[in-house]
Amino acid sequence: MSLRTLYDKIWDAHIVSEQEGGTTILYIDRHLVHEVTSPQAFEGLRLAGRKVRHPERTLAVPDHNVPTTDRSAGISDPESKLQIDTLLDNCATFGVEIYPMEDIRQGIVHVTGPEQGFTLPGATIVCGDSHTSTHGAFGSLAFGIGTSEVEHVLATQTLISQRSKNMRVRVDGELPHGVTAKDMALAIIGKIGTAGGTGYVIEYAGEAVEALTMEGRMTLCNMTIEAGARAGLVAPDQKTFDYLMGRPKAPKAGAWEMAVSEWSKLSSDDGAHFDHEIVLKAQDIAPLITWGTSPEQVLPITSAVPDPSAIDDAGKKEAAERALAYMGLTPGTPLTEVPVDKVFIGSCTNGRIEDLRAAAAVTKDQKVAAHVNAIVVPGSGLVKEQAEAEGLDKIFLEAGFEWREPGCSMCLAMNADKLAPGERCASTSNRNFEGRQGKGGRTHLMSPAMAVAAAISGHLADVRDYQVRD
Amino acid sequence: MEKFDKLTGVAAPLNMINVDTDMIIPKQFLKTIKRSGLGKHLFDEMRYDDDGKEQPDFVLNKPQYRDAKILVCGDNFGCGSSREHAPWAIADFGIRCVIAPSFADIFYNNCFKNGILPIALPQDQIDLLMDDAERGANAIIEIDLENQTIKGPDGGTLSFEIDAARKQALLEGLDEIGVTLEAEKNITEFEKNRASAQPWL
Repeated sequence: MSLRTLYDKIWDAHIVSEQEGGTTILYIDRHLVHEVTSPQAFEGLRLAGRKVRHPERTLAVPDHNVPTTDRSAGISDPESKLQIDTLLDNCATFGVEIYPMEDIRQGIVHVTGPEQGFTLPGATIVCGDSHTSTHGAFGSLAFGIGTSEVEHVLATQTLISQRSKNMRVRVDGELPHGVTAKDMALAIIGKIGTAGGTGYVIEYAGEAVEALTMEGRMTLCNMTIEAGARAGLVAPDQKTFDYLMGRPKAPKAGAWEMAVSEWSKLSSDDGAHFDHEIVLKAQDIAPLITWGTSPEQVLPITSAVPDPSAIDDAGKKEAAERALAYMGLTPGTPLTEVPVDKVFIGSCTNGRIEDLRAAAAVTKDQKVAAHVNAIVVPGSGLVKEQAEAEGLDKIFLEAGFEWREPGCSMCLAMNADKLAPGERCASTSNRNFEGRQGKGGRTHLMSPAMAVAAAISGHLADVRDYQVRD
Repeated sequence: MEKFDKLTGVAAPLNMINVDTDMIIPKQFLKTIKRSGLGKHLFDEMRYDDDGKEQPDFVLNKPQYRDAKILVCGDNFGCGSSREHAPWAIADFGIRCVIAPSFADIFYNNCFKNGILPIALPQDQIDLLMDDAERGANAIIEIDLENQTIKGPDGGTLSFEIDAARKQALLEGLDEIGVTLEAEKNITEFEKNRASAQPWL
């Protein structure tokens, strides 16, 4: 058999049937469901008199709309409440397991899946959410789908799909001090652009990727969609197996050994063909920050706001002008002089325990600047519980952060957590689009430690100027 | 799904790159549990001011584009989230064809599930169509999916590429789930093999 990439191997192992021209019925092993992109899919099943083919391969959790403040009185927004109640009803009707808001396992779907061991190497995983790419950190083929496809997977446990091209992004060497998986992801997007990965699945490789923890790999794969690729992959290794062992939905003894032996075969063959290959040197990556309204508009924190007139490409120049007008920034201003109003630490990109630990390490013995409103939103109830067991909540609260309940929160501002027009936010989330965190809100993307530096100083700041305490 | 074969109408020019799904339909409209009624919120933040009044200079608010059936756009259209609310809003507004140099993958897929034809063309051809679109109602464009052509107002014809299976599904307005279920015995057989080879999955 010819040499194959990791992506090719997973794809080939899931072909149910293939038509001439490459259109494939692809088997889906795991399906994650949340309240925003599923109601119309369940409604479609109901109207057609169809069932969920494999409820046991499906897991639901409300995350986008849930309040992150006191939940004892339920959800006050009637539309959000209806959407979450609809998910509960649909799961009851169709026999799908759900972690409701009161369940300690409730959280952002891309935090919950790995946490429960629902995400497994070599599996195909889909969800009606573009950040499904997160799960690729385990060497699973994971990608976001639309609601019609959600319905298709519910009804058939398959998708009609077409093979993507292969891209490899190699990051050689060691990341410098203060530089994280988030910076690596932003560096890659800055290099290839938000459409650079369109039509590809990206496999991440190289020493700096191998050196990442599982949570760092999740951050990296999460941001893959911001580079336009539907899925990112990291070949599973001992770290992957160690992370999964003993998780509630991971294989148990007996099956575990068999699974690990299979998972150990999941890597690209030496010499396998990649349609495109990018190489970055880890040592060249600095702590990064986005200045515009697209994740590709990114610069080292030590830079100044760029001047659109220096951009040759007409489309990019116009986009930069529009972005600067929206962001209220003047070319030439040092980024570290840009004041912030809000700080958001959380999301499926950076809402895991290691992110909170990294944030707490910079927060310790410091105070949030008087004019800044800063919130920490754990990615799941279990992340929150762990953080509290480690005393991280106290570190944040003493510094003046708010400590919230788990959910997507201000990453997309579907609940009450949002920016007012003109407000500027240092955010650990994944999108800085116009209006993303609230109409007229201005988002700068960065790592958790950088967001804390901004909270303390009251402006965008270089984390390397701050002390990190264990 | 609604069939798509031929479409004749005005094309609206939206000459911006990286138009994301948050722009197409902002998050506050994703709380619906229905597919319908999103057209009035299409491009909400560009289309209306803070008081909900129309912004007169936004393309779809101009008299000549209020009934546009085609949208001509910049590179990487539909990037961002997987929300199918984006094509639902586009279709509900009355636009059935989006033409751009490139599309984000998930948005592109979602179009086909909703009777919308996304056409990718080289930038120089987009520039021509953008010029035509600037002429508003004085420039009617005809799309013919069967023959894969776009006929401009001055008689010039462009051709476009499309995957054969997707083309057929649009032309026939196929119920994809129904089609897949015709192959159910293949799915069942796959599952049987899977259960013995990888019982943990």
